[in-house]
Amino acid sequence: NSAPCIIANPIQRLQARHFSIGVLPDGVDRNSETFSQNSDDMGRLLSELQSHINKVLAGGGEAAVKRNRSRNKLLPRERIDRLLDPGSSFLELSQLAGHELYGDSVPSGGIVTGIGPVHGRLCMFMANDSTVKGGTYYPITVKKHLRAQEIAAQCKLPCIYLVDCGGAFLPKQAEVFPDKENFGRIFYNQATMSSQGIPQIALVLGSCTAGGAYIPAMADESIISKGKFWQAATGEEVSAEDLGGATVHCKTSGVSDYFAQDEMHGLALGRNIVKNLHLAGNQGMLNASSRIDLAYKEPLYDVKDLRSIAPVDLKQQFDVRSVIARIVDGSEFDEFKKLYGTTLVTGFAKIFGQPVGILGNNGILFNESALKGAHFIELCCQRNIPLVFLQNITGFMVGSRSEAIGIAKSGAKVVMAVSCAKVPKVTIMIGGSFGAGNYAMCGRAYNPNFLFLWPNARISVMGGAQAAGVLSQIEGANKKRQGIQWTKEEEEEFKSKVVKKYEREGNPYYSTARLWDDGIIDPADTRKVIGLCISATMNRPLEDTKYGVFRM
Amino acid sequence: TPHFETTSPQQRIEKILVANRGEIACRIMRTAKRLGIQTVAVYSDADKDSLHVKSADEAVHIGPPPARLSYLNGSNIVEAAIRTGAQAIHPGYGFLSESSEFAQLVQDKGLTFIGPPASAIRDMGDKSASKRIMGAAGVPLVPGYHGSEQDIEIMKLEADKIGYPILIKPTHGGGGKGMRIVLSQNDFADSFLGAQREAAASFGINTILLEKYITQPRHIEVQPGITDEFRSQLGQAAVSAAKAVGYYNAGTVEFIVDTITGQFYFMEMNTRLQVEHPVTEMIVGQDLVEWQIRVANGEPLPISQVQVPLSGHAFEARIYAENVPKGFLPATGVLHHYNPVPVSSTVRVETGVEQGDIVSMHYDPMIAKLVVWGENRSAALVKLKDCLSKFQVAGVPTNINFLQKLANHRAFIEGNVETHFIEHHKDDLFIDPNNKVICEDAYHAARLSASLVAACLCEKERSVSRESYPGDQSLHSIWYSHPPFRVNHHAQSTMELEWENEYESNSLKPLMVSITYQPDGNCLIQMGENSAHSSEVKASHLGNDSYSVEADGVTMHVSLAVYTKDQMKHIHIWHGPHYHHFRQKVGIELSDEDESHHKTSFEGTSHPPGTVVAPMAGLVVKVLVKDGAKVEDGQPILVLEAMKMEHVVKATSGGYVQGLKVTAGQQVQDGSVLFRVKVSDFHFQLSS
Repeated sequence: NSAPCIIANPIQRLQARHFSIGVLPDGVDRNSETFSQNSDDMGRLLSELQSHINKVLAGGGEAAVKRNRSRNKLLPRERIDRLLDPGSSFLELSQLAGHELYGDSVPSGGIVTGIGPVHGRLCMFMANDSTVKGGTYYPITVKKHLRAQEIAAQCKLPCIYLVDCGGAFLPKQAEVFPDKENFGRIFYNQATMSSQGIPQIALVLGSCTAGGAYIPAMADESIISKGKFWQAATGEEVSAEDLGGATVHCKTSGVSDYFAQDEMHGLALGRNIVKNLHLAGNQGMLNASSRIDLAYKEPLYDVKDLRSIAPVDLKQQFDVRSVIARIVDGSEFDEFKKLYGTTLVTGFAKIFGQPVGILGNNGILFNESALKGAHFIELCCQRNIPLVFLQNITGFMVGSRSEAIGIAKSGAKVVMAVSCAKVPKVTIMIGGSFGAGNYAMCGRAYNPNFLFLWPNARISVMGGAQAAGVLSQIEGANKKRQGIQWTKEEEEEFKSKVVKKYEREGNPYYSTARLWDDGIIDPADTRKVIGLCISATMNRPLEDTKYGVFRM
Repeated sequence: TPHFETTSPQQRIEKILVANRGEIACRIMRTAKRLGIQTVAVYSDADKDSLHVKSADEAVHIGPPPARLSYLNGSNIVEAAIRTGAQAIHPGYGFLSESSEFAQLVQDKGLTFIGPPASAIRDMGDKSASKRIMGAAGVPLVPGYHGSEQDIEIMKLEADKIGYPILIKPTHGGGGKGMRIVLSQNDFADSFLGAQREAAASFGINTILLEKYITQPRHIEVQPGITDEFRSQLGQAAVSAAKAVGYYNAGTVEFIVDTITGQFYFMEMNTRLQVEHPVTEMIVGQDLVEWQIRVANGEPLPISQVQVPLSGHAFEARIYAENVPKGFLPATGVLHHYNPVPVSSTVRVETGVEQGDIVSMHYDPMIAKLVVWGENRSAALVKLKDCLSKFQVAGVPTNINFLQKLANHRAFIEGNVETHFIEHHKDDLFIDPNNKVICEDAYHAARLSASLVAACLCEKERSVSRESYPGDQSLHSIWYSHPPFRVNHHAQSTMELEWENEYESNSLKPLMVSITYQPDGNCLIQMGENSAHSSEVKASHLGNDSYSVEADGVTMHVSLAVYTKDQMKHIHIWHGPHYHHFRQKVGIELSDEDESHHKTSFEGTSHPPGTVVAPMAGLVVKVLVKDGAKVEDGQPILVLEAMKMEHVVKATSGGYVQGLKVTAGQQVQDGSVLFRVKVSDFHFQLSS
């Protein structure tokens, strides 16, 4: 009886062996209570996200949108859709910028930004939304505009400005106008990007007054759409007078280069400009090393499971490998130093055929895990492999033992490595992001090219309860010094205030409203978003990484 | 006949010049090729690249586009035959096919004319003369005046004698050109003069005959649908007619039957191959062109009358570039898309055009003849309907939709066909815009087609994008994966489609179609207020114009034709029995397929009220009023002629004619502004 078994077995054995090198197991028990609990919790978070998104997609309110339509004007996302290659994807950034930030609602911060292809070339779009406060610049609008320019400069993406704005929001001029990272910086960036050969293209599709007028003026090429065109369609005879500013700027002043009959014409001309960008000798990372495997495999497991893996209660642990298994091609992950510093998972994989080095947290960073992280980052930089950080970190291990073995030195090493790494970096916060863990895992301050959050993410210097404990200790000591009695109730109230404040400020919406990130995403889209981000960074030239002094 | 005896040891025909163009030229060459006979085409400047030129072994240029300078130029054609060494000339139908002078010229130059003797053409060609000969030979005739007197007053008296209604007919030519029905004495003069002009333009001879107009006639050319006895009576009358003029080669004797009395009358004889000869060929299983060549070679006919089989039933549908709602006016334009049905032993397509060809104003606007055969009439009709629904023509308006309606009409199905069929059933054949139920049904069908169009176009754009953009720029293909990715929402697009509703062109609002890409790759198509009509559609591009579309659980095959013309994207869709034509504004947008359209001027397609545009491309024959004149509603302003048909352009309202700048002899383009009628001379009053 054994003979047939021997014949049948090799295939199974082969599969099993294949499995053992690098293919991650499923890692998810769909029948468990945790799974259904997480799934329910994430479902709630996602529907909350969706309702916020739906509001901002509607622009500046029904009346304003209607007025816009009556002027034959498109909404900013519709304009972008018409510039993009038909049927192509668009990676929108910071959709919820400005969320509950001011007394007024400023949907998407009054500007839509993002990346997508035009004639096969990735471009950064910055489109004013004139239905939101007439397209004026709030402080958050400026910040979002500058962030888009920053990404464009890093990734060497041609910039397309869809101008329809009334300049700075005057009541907040002090927060908009004078500082380094304020309104003027937009033009500074245009000038410096242009000097680096990054095309700057402006399409004037609406009013363009005050400071806004400098955007097309500073552009390499600009298009101006004929004003009040729609009146001509009524059959009335149109005099030259009615042609408005477009004629003046294209014929006389030379402020604009292309004369568009209407908005659709303007958008078509915009596509044409991109088509004609020659950019000869452009040496992106991709050209330097065509390592992309176009015949990539999909993950073995359903990406939708990502909505059921991360718990809302950040105290509960989950294995980051089950997330990686749903992000990488064929769920294949070759783990580096698997048995050492196990609270940080590191390894090599591909995402849509693009090689990546992944660092994911599986608990607090210990001395060993920090050293392992620094080692792995050095390895990837040496080999020009983009880094993906999956953050779920409460921080570094504290305590006398850790201090004694020099956790601070190890932490400094990984922070040094992260800071100096010149390979593309993408960070996804899939859980907590606290304290120095945020630094080591490439938080906002460490210039990841892109940073996205899951709706369950939390960002703060430490956890709310922990902060409440520390602060109440200090407060208690102060009161004691002053001889004031502090009742248990008063202390609890103090603590709960702190917890509430941390809860509010650590909330992903608080973060994304202030542009501490590039947006909140559905966990199921993680693979797609990372894939698009990595691809967007491929246009820039290779850079050598040089480190500072590592404390040994 | 003596002809056979004197020419028996004659040289066999080895090379034929076809003195024609279009489908008939192609059809003749096909038979010639099968017989191993070489062919020579002749062509005007307008036909340099046309199919009949490509189909021939040799081709000779014979002159400029107007037919009288090329296809009607007999001496040039004969010279072409001599130059290329053709022994025979086949005239096809139309043009010189019924010119006795041409037949004579061919014979005089020592060439063979594939057709009847010149004398027979002459006798039969003059309808007045032929009626006199037929009368003498005892062939029954419709009462009328066939005399040589052409004075309008005398003719009018003759008309009074016969009694109205009267039919005015040119004595030469055919195809209904120049024919006029006159219901009362008052209309006689206008119709008479118009008929003369048209006859002169078409046939070069403007003599006219008058006939009693039979109000419920049926036009008969011995075809199925009659009893054997009646057929043999007609056959005998036809043989008598042919014998009376010493006829040989192919010809058709036409009779008219008064359906009320059952009496039949001789109408005329077509001394040439009939346009609808494929119908005869299909039911008798013979090649009439081959027979013509055999007869011209002096051979006897391959079979005798009793050996002629009669099997099954055949229909011929002539597909024309014409404007059905504008009274079947000829249309011109580019055949942007042309995909006739595949031919088989029971389906014949006779065509002289290919995709990309131009249907010009110079010649007959026929695109193709679709001929189908079935075991009996109803089987043939099923086939006809199926073929019509799959016959794809886009770029010029056609009568296909109308033919479909005709083929589906109850009375037609029952075989109750008579000359006034269209007039009698016009309410069924043309949608009445006031009929809410029918309009709603039509609108519903258009909406379904619009949603399929949207899904197919999105799919095509996507696949084109995916193929054309990445690659050389090595941009990662994930940017083009399907469905297009959006952060936290679904990619959407909207499409504004104008339904080219041929029956009520201006009364419908554009269809706003919104397309949402679902995560599963389907498209959610929504239309109407508050997206009242929505469906889930998945389209896959099968290549070229072909798609497979799954809509609400049903998978169907869809064909699409898309082209840009006059700053409009035209989209034609065929699926099942349905066909629709939509337009989409592209304005001056530089669409990727149509980069040549860099027009800086922006001409709106809408004109101020009262503007009258040319209903077709053509020649201004006559201008009847002066610019600035006061006119009545419906008053004729000018006469246009195209494809040998006259069309009177009338005032659309009472008022003053403005901007009338065209003069007789001037060519105008389809849709060009002719003049404007202003209700009052408002402008003038203001300035004075």
